[in-house]
Amino acid sequence: MIGQDYWWVLLIKAVVVVLGLTTIAAYLTYAERKVAARIQLRLGPNRVGPFGLLQPAADAVKLLFKENAAPANRDRLLYLVGPSLAGGAAVLAFAVIPMGINNWFNYQFHWDIAHFNVGLLFILGVTSLGVYSLFLGGWSANSKYSLLGGLRSSAQLISYEMAVSFALIGTIILAGSLDLEQIVGAQQQTWFIVLQPLAFVLYFSGAFAETNRAPFDLPEAETELVAGYHTEYGSMRFGLYFLGEYVNMVIVSSIATTLFLGGWLPLFPFHPFDWIPGPLWFLGKVVVLLFFMMWVRWTFPRLRYDRLMNFGWKVLLPLGLLNILITGTVVALRA
Amino acid sequence: MLSDYAPILVFLGICVAFAVGVPTLSALLGPRHPSPAKDLPYESGIVPRETARRRFSVSFYVTAMLFIIFDVESIFLFPWATIVRQLKVFGIVEMGIFIVTLLVGLAYVWRKGALRWD
Repeated sequence: MIGQDYWWVLLIKAVVVVLGLTTIAAYLTYAERKVAARIQLRLGPNRVGPFGLLQPAADAVKLLFKENAAPANRDRLLYLVGPSLAGGAAVLAFAVIPMGINNWFNYQFHWDIAHFNVGLLFILGVTSLGVYSLFLGGWSANSKYSLLGGLRSSAQLISYEMAVSFALIGTIILAGSLDLEQIVGAQQQTWFIVLQPLAFVLYFSGAFAETNRAPFDLPEAETELVAGYHTEYGSMRFGLYFLGEYVNMVIVSSIATTLFLGGWLPLFPFHPFDWIPGPLWFLGKVVVLLFFMMWVRWTFPRLRYDRLMNFGWKVLLPLGLLNILITGTVVALRA
Repeated sequence: MLSDYAPILVFLGICVAFAVGVPTLSALLGPRHPSPAKDLPYESGIVPRETARRRFSVSFYVTAMLFIIFDVESIFLFPWATIVRQLKVFGIVEMGIFIVTLLVGLAYVWRKGALRWD
C-alpha cells in the first residue's frame, strides 16, 4: 500500500490523471475556439475530422514536430526550466482534488491521487509555483517583450494570490478543516456558495487573474506584448505553457467546485439526482465553470494594468478580509 | 500521517518525467535549421538593440514587498480558520485585532500612494 491505495491502483490513477488532464487541456483549446466562434457568429474549426474534433490532435502533432528556435543570448538552464515548471506544477496540483468516494467490495476508492488533511494548502502551494515559471520564462529569454510580460504576470499573480487565498478562508471557517473531502462533506445540507456568495465572487474573479485570462490577460496582451512571457518559446516548450494555462483553468474550476459548489454532491440529495455518480457531478460542475470562463473572455474587454492592480489590492483584498471577519464572528458566536 | 504524502512523491516523479520528457521529445523530433536570424529575440522585425536585462519600474518591487507582508498574514489565517469554532469569542477578538491592524497597514500604504501605477 502506498498511502490509501495499492501501488498499481496508484499507478493507474496517476497515468489516467496525466493523460486525462493533457487531453482535457487539448480539448479545452478546441472548446474555446468553438465557443469563441459561436459567440462571434462563426463556425470555428471544422476541417480536421468530424466537426473539427481532431483539431487538438493535429495541433499537438504540429507542436511536437516544430523546430525549437530560441534566442542565442538566453539563460540556457532557466529557459528550459520555465515551461517544464508551468506544465508540471499545474498537473501536480490536481493530485489532491477529490472527485468522489466509492465503496467497492470493502475497498474504499477515493477519486483522487492523494488524500491528506491539508489538501487545500497543498494546492495553493503548488499552483503558486506557476509564478516562477512565468517569470523565469520571461526573464531568461533575454527579449524585451518577454521580460515585460514576465514582470507583469508575476506582479499580477502574487497580488491576486492573496486575494484568492483570503476568499477561500471563509469556506475553511465554515467547514473547520483544510481537508478537501471534509470540506465537501460539510456541504451535504447547503453548498457554501449559498453561505459564502461574496467569497465565491471574490475567488472566481481572482481566479481569472490567476489563470491569466481575459479580462485580466495582461501578461499576454497580444496587442501590446506580442505573446508576453512566452514570446520566445516555440514547439512543445510553448505547448507546455499552453497546457499549464488550460490545466490551471481546470484546477481553479475544480477548487471552486470543491469549496463552493458541493464537489461531487448531487444538485439535490434525492432521486433521481443521486443516481448520477459523484465524479460525473464533479465534472459537470467543472465544465459549467469552464464554459463560464470562456464566455467571459469573449464578452469583456481587457483591463488597463493599473486598473487590474487596483482591483486586486483595493477591492478584492479588503473585501476578502471583511468576509473573513464577518464569517468568523457569525460562526464563533453561534458555536 | 506522513505516509499519506507518499502518493504525492510518486505522482511528483511522474509529473517531472512528463514535464521533462515532452520538450525533450519535441527537441528530438523537430528539424534543426539554425540561422543567425533565429538567434535574435523577436522585436517586431527590427534588429534588437541593447540587452533586455535592464532596470524596470520600481512599482514591481513595491508590489513584491507588499505581497510578502500580506502573504505572511494568510499563513496565520489558515490554522486560525480551522479552529474558530473552538476558540469562540476569544479567537474572534484576537484575529479581529490582527486583521484590523493589517487593514490599517493597507490603508497607510494606499494613502502613501504605493499602490499607484503611473
